[in-house]
Amino acid sequence: MSIAEIFDTMSYGPAPESTSHVEAWLEQHQQGFQLFINGEWVKPAQAESFDSTNPANGEHLGTLAQGGESDIDAAVNAARAAQSEWWALGGHGRARYLYAIARLLQKHSRRLAVLESLDNGKPIRETRDIDVPQAVRHFYHHAGWAQLQESELGDFEALGVVGQIIPWNFPLLMLAWKIAPALAAGNCVVLKPAEYTSLTAMMFAELCQEAGLPPGVVNIVTGDGRTGAFLVDHPDVNKLAFTGSTEVGRQIRERTSGSGKHLTLELGGKSPFIVFDDADLDGAVEGLVDAIWFNQGQVCCAGSRLLVQEGIADRLLEKVKTRMETLRVGDPLDKNTDIGAIVDPSQKQRIDSLVQRGVSEGAILWQPEQLCPSEGCFYPPTLLTEVESSNVVASEEIFGPVLSVMTFRTQAEAIALANNTRYGLAASIWSENLNRALDVAPQVKAGVIWVNSTNQFDASCGFGGYKESGFGREGGREGMYAYLKDKTGSEPKATKKSAKAAKKTPSQSLPGIDQTAKLYIGGKQVRPDSGYSLPVLAADGAQAGLVGEGNRKDIRNAVEAAFKAGSWSNSNGHNRAQILYFLAENLTYREQELARRLVNLTGVSDAQAVREVQASVERLFFYAAWADKYDGAVHQPPIKGVALAMNEPLGILGIGCPDESPLLSMVSLLAPAVAMGNRVVLVPSREHALIATDFYQLLETSDVPSGVINIVTGEREELMKVLAEHNQVDAIWYQGDADGSAMVEAASVSNLKRTWVNRGRQIDWLANDDGQGKEFLREATQVKNIWVPYGDSI
Amino acid sequence: MAENSKVEALDASQPPELKEVSQHSAAEHPPLLNPGTDLNLEWVTDIRVNQSAVERRCATLKTRRSLKKDWQAAWLLKAVSCIDLTTLSGDDTEGRVRRLCSKARHPLRQDIAEALGVEDLHITTGAVCVYHAMVEEAVKALRGTNIPVAAVSTGFPACLAPLETRLREIELSVAAGATEIDIVISRRFVLNEDWQALYDEVKAYRQACGHAHMKTIISTGQLATLNNVARASMVCMMAGADFIKTSTGMETVNATLPVSLVMVRMIRRYFELTGYPVGFKPAGGISTAKDALVYLVMIKEELGNDWLNPEMFRFGASSLLGDIERQLEHHISGRYSAAHRHPMA
Repeated sequence: MSIAEIFDTMSYGPAPESTSHVEAWLEQHQQGFQLFINGEWVKPAQAESFDSTNPANGEHLGTLAQGGESDIDAAVNAARAAQSEWWALGGHGRARYLYAIARLLQKHSRRLAVLESLDNGKPIRETRDIDVPQAVRHFYHHAGWAQLQESELGDFEALGVVGQIIPWNFPLLMLAWKIAPALAAGNCVVLKPAEYTSLTAMMFAELCQEAGLPPGVVNIVTGDGRTGAFLVDHPDVNKLAFTGSTEVGRQIRERTSGSGKHLTLELGGKSPFIVFDDADLDGAVEGLVDAIWFNQGQVCCAGSRLLVQEGIADRLLEKVKTRMETLRVGDPLDKNTDIGAIVDPSQKQRIDSLVQRGVSEGAILWQPEQLCPSEGCFYPPTLLTEVESSNVVASEEIFGPVLSVMTFRTQAEAIALANNTRYGLAASIWSENLNRALDVAPQVKAGVIWVNSTNQFDASCGFGGYKESGFGREGGREGMYAYLKDKTGSEPKATKKSAKAAKKTPSQSLPGIDQTAKLYIGGKQVRPDSGYSLPVLAADGAQAGLVGEGNRKDIRNAVEAAFKAGSWSNSNGHNRAQILYFLAENLTYREQELARRLVNLTGVSDAQAVREVQASVERLFFYAAWADKYDGAVHQPPIKGVALAMNEPLGILGIGCPDESPLLSMVSLLAPAVAMGNRVVLVPSREHALIATDFYQLLETSDVPSGVINIVTGEREELMKVLAEHNQVDAIWYQGDADGSAMVEAASVSNLKRTWVNRGRQIDWLANDDGQGKEFLREATQVKNIWVPYGDSI
Repeated sequence: MAENSKVEALDASQPPELKEVSQHSAAEHPPLLNPGTDLNLEWVTDIRVNQSAVERRCATLKTRRSLKKDWQAAWLLKAVSCIDLTTLSGDDTEGRVRRLCSKARHPLRQDIAEALGVEDLHITTGAVCVYHAMVEEAVKALRGTNIPVAAVSTGFPACLAPLETRLREIELSVAAGATEIDIVISRRFVLNEDWQALYDEVKAYRQACGHAHMKTIISTGQLATLNNVARASMVCMMAGADFIKTSTGMETVNATLPVSLVMVRMIRRYFELTGYPVGFKPAGGISTAKDALVYLVMIKEELGNDWLNPEMFRFGASSLLGDIERQLEHHISGRYSAAHRHPMA
């Protein structure tokens, strides 16, 4: 085309990014990449390999080694061997290495950006302006956390060896999200990149060598899902951090249950993008471009569900369509490309089949007129309207450039639709009325909320999900906790099975006439559904009384009652504190009675029993005090605006109580849970259940709203299994034995609820440094980051 | 249509001879593209502009599109054709204006145009823009070309002269041969949200302009918020503006990408509502070829190719042309150019 013709047509021409540097690098590695273990490149034990191809044109880029079991073993061993010295290096030492890595990433930023685009298919604009700068930022930010470790996180220590498995959608960035905080906290890592996109991890490994990182601190083992499984199963890994599909996350939860491994999961999403009728519609349209046509829609937090207020729906959709016409799909290495290649033909196939199903279920499909390149793996930006909530494209994560549109009438309906999903990763809220936006933000169950913006990330702000989008946070202080543990003092004691021997066979037919201990559900004393009772023995083996034998229906009813008590989670800390104080006050009145019960049940001395009751009073005070003080944080990402990190309750919490110090341990678990706004279904110690049934009388007199605390007595493990499997329950705390802990973790996979189990380690409930503290508050809450950009002055 | 040049909005004290200033018949002039509408306040109060969203869009406009080689050259030529080559200085003289007009006729060195293969396009700047006192000289200097003379008017830049004076200034400039009038608005009407007063004022200007194209300068740098920029734009278009223009060039902050994006989106909105296309002119502070390309990209992305011509888009600029000339010489020679190699404006 001549200049005169271009002058006429005003078209965009080609603007290719040069690939010559990267091609030279790939050429150097034509014999294939090896595994990066203990600071060296090593051959895999078995000579298996796989290819990495450019999805935009199918060209071969490199050959990668398939890491096997012994390779993972070698990598874990290297990490283990390096970890104590890495920790001993201290915060400043680690900060210097992280800073060096950040600098090196910056120095090689264009090489990394080009390689990432070649390998993944995403546009060079994104790798150049987002992926690589964000990765750099992550290392800088966490160099800071390493530096501040002793002063800011001095009560914590590293977990040890961390296994990390990352996805293909942001290969280098997810590597940075994983490695930077882990190293800052003093861990050593074994990282497995996604098999479609391992190349930038290989380049990163070279930079680790260049930075002089001590051998074994970072190990990178390439391979497919089998390699990942070896890492997941390796017995000497202390923590696993996984980002990827909910399906694989569930498998990892299952495989690691009972292993004692810490686990954080960052999984899928079906994030709502809510546009109210008072929004800047042009702004919202650009927001959608960033939400669903960023990275070909292959983003876990993609705003894939547009919820638009009915009155403006037509106008907004017209604008969306007009905008879609100007999106350019094509060569990822062209600087004018908005939408690049889908990572792999199998993914394109998946997108296509979900879209077809959506259409067959009634969605109306619209795509812009310009065509995708015919060669290579491309999928056009796609709009699906008239999507009903039953449509597969309303609920299933498509992981492609496909936007499903639904309408709503009112704010309440918008929130209901937004939450009508198993996922809870992110949400966007568009309204020029900040009263509205800030009202909606806490009500949407998602870990990240963007007000009048979308897909904003920063190392200083926690990122991670609610519900089946996983648990744990990456970024910010909240992200550092995911790679640390409380410094342990003395050797922990193991729980042991209680050894009360019955003196005589307890009668099933005649309940004690002086007491009928029932279940406590929805603020009422109710008989167990089974109609059976269980004997509770005194310390001397005599029958102390009977408690109801709760079953799955009682759990169901208790969860239902807790569900209905949702307003507790929205109540303010001051009110919750008042109720806990009142509970403490009433407990003092019953001190003698409860102490007698403790003596009878557990055989402690009178003085010890009184001490336990008094400690319980103090613990209630402790968490009443915290109820209005466990503040969130205001993060300062590099935008004009703030990110509000709010500590929110988990929702419905199932608690299994231990046998030790039965009153104090129960109170110690209940109080933080309730203080933070959770509703609780509590299963007391089987051995000492009568203490819990005494306790509910206190609840009745202390203004605890009905349904906030529910108590179901019975066989603890049986009931905890029902709770752990219950899809309405958001989290489980379990203080029992190691087997029970494993059971709870395994049973939690259905809705991927958060679990906090003691793995058979006995807490010293009377000791304030063990039996209470911020850890309980952290475990009772999840952090929601609400991004609020602002500005209305030019 | 505003072919009736009577100034109806004026009060009875209006001197009658003013009405006779514009004497051209309707046949000589193409119909105005924007006849204006009644003041529809709903179109104003309906406006919502989120500043941070606008800023984010502007930030990526610069990074989402890239023009290389021949495309860059062609787009820069387009930019040249859209420049209102401007001198607005107290020390302007006839001689200075003649030199400016000569540059407007021949914005590029002949050898550059030939090397680019565009000599047949006969590229000139979009217009020459001067104060009223220089209109006559500019018209004379541009005789024989299609280059319009634009006059800044209505008590430019502050708009604080009496209304009668402002209207008279328009009419005198039109009578002197200006076919484009760049008017300024009373910023206080915007800051106080007196939309009716703003509408009446601009409508009066519109009528005074007769067949001359009216560019409405809203002085974004003094309007405090993007919402005000948007609302003022909408009111001015309803009152019959042919162009909306960002700035006088005399404000502390003149054209910026965010205010431009907001104005361009209002043009799109007005077009959706009425079917009338309105042009856009960013002015002040656009001095590099690179900046110019970003603006053209913004127009293409937000309004489409129909707006990428001097009928619908202008740059108000004095030093931009010099930078573009240097870039174009680099394009044909591969060597970076120097300012003194190009005839000065």
